[in-house]
Amino acid sequence: MTPLLSARALTKQYGGRNGCRDVSFDLYPGEVLCIVGESGSGKTTLLNTLALRTEADSGALHYTGANGETLDLRTLSEPRRRLLARTEWGFVQQNPRDGLRAGVSAGANIGEPLMAVGARHYGQIRHTAQQWMQRVELDAMRIDELPSAFSGGMQQRLQIARNLVTGPRLVFMDEPTAGLDVSVQARLLDLLRTLTTTLHLSVLIVTHDIGVARLLAHRLMVMQGGTVVESGLTDQVLDDPQHPYTQTLVASVLPV
Amino acid sequence: MNAPDTLRTTAAEVASHETQAVSGYNFAYLDEQTKRMLRRALLKAVAVPGYQVPFASREMPLPYGWGTGGIQVTAAIIGAKDTLKVIDQGSDDTTNAVNIRRFFARTTGVATTRRTSEASIVQTRHRIPESPLTDKQILVYQVPMPEPLFRLEPRVAECKKLHALADYGLISVKLYEDIVQHGSIATTYDYPVTVNGRYLTSPSPIPKFDNPKLHMNAALQLFGAGRERRIYAMPPYTPVKSLDFDDHPFEVERWDECCALCGSRESFLDEMIVDDSGKRMFVCSDSDYCHERREDIDARATNESGENA
Repeated sequence: MTPLLSARALTKQYGGRNGCRDVSFDLYPGEVLCIVGESGSGKTTLLNTLALRTEADSGALHYTGANGETLDLRTLSEPRRRLLARTEWGFVQQNPRDGLRAGVSAGANIGEPLMAVGARHYGQIRHTAQQWMQRVELDAMRIDELPSAFSGGMQQRLQIARNLVTGPRLVFMDEPTAGLDVSVQARLLDLLRTLTTTLHLSVLIVTHDIGVARLLAHRLMVMQGGTVVESGLTDQVLDDPQHPYTQTLVASVLPV
Repeated sequence: MNAPDTLRTTAAEVASHETQAVSGYNFAYLDEQTKRMLRRALLKAVAVPGYQVPFASREMPLPYGWGTGGIQVTAAIIGAKDTLKVIDQGSDDTTNAVNIRRFFARTTGVATTRRTSEASIVQTRHRIPESPLTDKQILVYQVPMPEPLFRLEPRVAECKKLHALADYGLISVKLYEDIVQHGSIATTYDYPVTVNGRYLTSPSPIPKFDNPKLHMNAALQLFGAGRERRIYAMPPYTPVKSLDFDDHPFEVERWDECCALCGSRESFLDEMIVDDSGKRMFVCSDSDYCHERREDIDARATNESGENA
């Protein structure tokens, strides 16, 4: 099986410091890969580099497109990158306000990616938006309300709907559950798990929450100081951590 | 225009106090280097229909927003043999039109006219003349905001990128929101268009009633935005499409009334309040079109009465 996304010795640093260094991994179709680590360990930098939101300093990054073609993402032209981001990828921001357009209604937010790829039938766009609102457990009657009228957890679900509406193959998520209270978090995680399995999505999730990782991820990468210190199957890493940092990380989860 | 235009100034009257060129200014006010710079920008604009070409906009002796862009474009293309017509909201008699016409009459000495058919250059604000233009004419628009994505994407650099990549999903979002809030596409002026199947372009604040006239127009259409320092163009016979949805097609305004002066049902009508008790009146916004129709009607009436006698 060919990997969907493949990184080799990927490096992105800010003036020779911080950032992430020498990261290599393969992500296979339908797989959920979680990147965990403390604040400042380079998780978000890595995610942004993978999603082509920032330019990598060195290393190789390849993606297998829907037509089976292998693309060298680092040399891909800007129009192709945008097309890829619009049609095959999604990016869920930590703060839904960054990922949503605040001035337009929920329906327009979900419909925008569709219109960007050429949908020109108002009724159909609206119908799809309503369907997606139901799928992420939002009241479809509220389609014409502004994002600010929704609660934090609802906004996050709205953002997820907006990202999944074009039927992407790969979704990047930057701490999707941070800043939500525990019960809302649980429902959102449940929803994400259902969606990833039913839609056969490949997902890259950045989180500092071990619980999120255990619930969603097939595989885990633990980062510290910009490098990957340990990686493997989720249960394996969490139940039998080898690296001292991973051991600390697992040990510092508060018992309930 | 804030009063029904019933005045009929003859061309001779207009000419008598307008066509004396004053000395001490270069022809058409701007120096030759500036005009050359403008023409270079215009050539590029014509070569890439709908693309906004940056240019070094000059200070003009009128404030931004009053037509500094249009006046510079006109200054760059006008020649001694041209005949100039200036309209503002369709009318030849509003402050803006009168002053710009007088400005060019003084600085170039060219003939000015109110008749659309006689003009070789028509500078306009907010309207396209009702009578069809020919391939011998140039229409110059005054544009306040050339960027159609301005309200949706505040970053100029990002807007440029969106134009370069023809990434125009954003403008559909605006139309979608219009339908959500108003039940139909509520944009009535400055209605966005796609020029030659490529660039998303602002048609300047003309009513959407005029948008169909942009399409395959025989005249060369030049757009100048002085404050924003952009020039763009629609060459003769360029396809121009107004954006819409499949199930909410583009439509122009319609009125139940006809023009109270000339009886036209085809032209764009201004609604005017004519007395303190709120009496309303609909008249053509294109004053020259209205004049000509009234002259025709008068001439016909005289003929008929002559025949009867």
